Amino acid sequence: MSLTLNHYLFVSGLLFAIGFAGVILRRNIIIIFMSLELMLNAANLSLVAFSRFNLTADGLPNYNAQILVFFIITVAAAEVAVGLAIIVALFRARQTVHVEDISSLKF
Amino acid sequence: MSPILFYFFAALTLIFGIAVIANRNPVASALSLVVSFLGLAALFVGLDAYFIAVIQVLVYAGAVMVLFLFIIMLLDLKAEERRKINLVAYAGGGIVTVGFVVELWFVLQKFDLGKTGFPPLAEKNVDDVRNVGNALFLTHNYPFQVIGVLILVATIGVVVLSKRESK
Repeated sequence: MSLTLNHYLFVSGLLFAIGFAGVILRRNIIIIFMSLELMLNAANLSLVAFSRFNLTADGLPNYNAQILVFFIITVAAAEVAVGLAIIVALFRARQTVHVEDISSLKF
Repeated sequence: MSPILFYFFAALTLIFGIAVIANRNPVASALSLVVSFLGLAALFVGLDAYFIAVIQVLVYAGAVMVLFLFIIMLLDLKAEERRKINLVAYAGGGIVTVGFVVELWFVLQKFDLGKTGFPPLAEKNVDDVRNVGNALFLTHNYPFQVIGVLILVATIGVVVLSKRESK
């Protein structure tokens, strides 16, 4: 049995589900951040799979999707830098990375 | 990509992805994330996206992971002690996740286009970096410059955020 597009899409969806479960279940804000990265990467995998599947007229992969992946990686790197700076500032103010200890805005 | 390699690297990506959220020690989570990203980069190679695979390893497994480990070191995080588990939150999160996977399975069953294999490329060896570079600098030049501004803003923002306020 040869590989189909659905194989890649299912792996991508599973990776997204893992990241999603991490965001909901974990209480450590750094792990939540890592789970966000997993979800972004799941999106990248399906974009690259579609890029390879949907060839252009001259038989090359569709590079528009790969450019989008490139931009996602760039934005994710910038986001990690800003997010970790916020976490450091938060830790300085509250001495915790546990989201249940940070509930000032909770109704 | 041969199916055996695909299953191997897909399993690697997913198992270490689960290890990221299952580990109690943040350092172990970060290292699992590196392995997961490397598996994903191998899947990208299998899809003939060599440039993206290299960028994935350089940016994620390199830069982003070093940043994560650095912050974990800076905050001096220990493995979390076991807290009282919030059963409702765990049940809710589990149900939503399992529901998502089941839904994905049924949607993919109905997606007939995805059941066909990948069409062969016109030439065996794609000049990948040249093609990506052409697309990036000719077709998508404007977004590329905007992303430069975004990175500048992020850099300034990080400096402002992490600067200690002088009394």
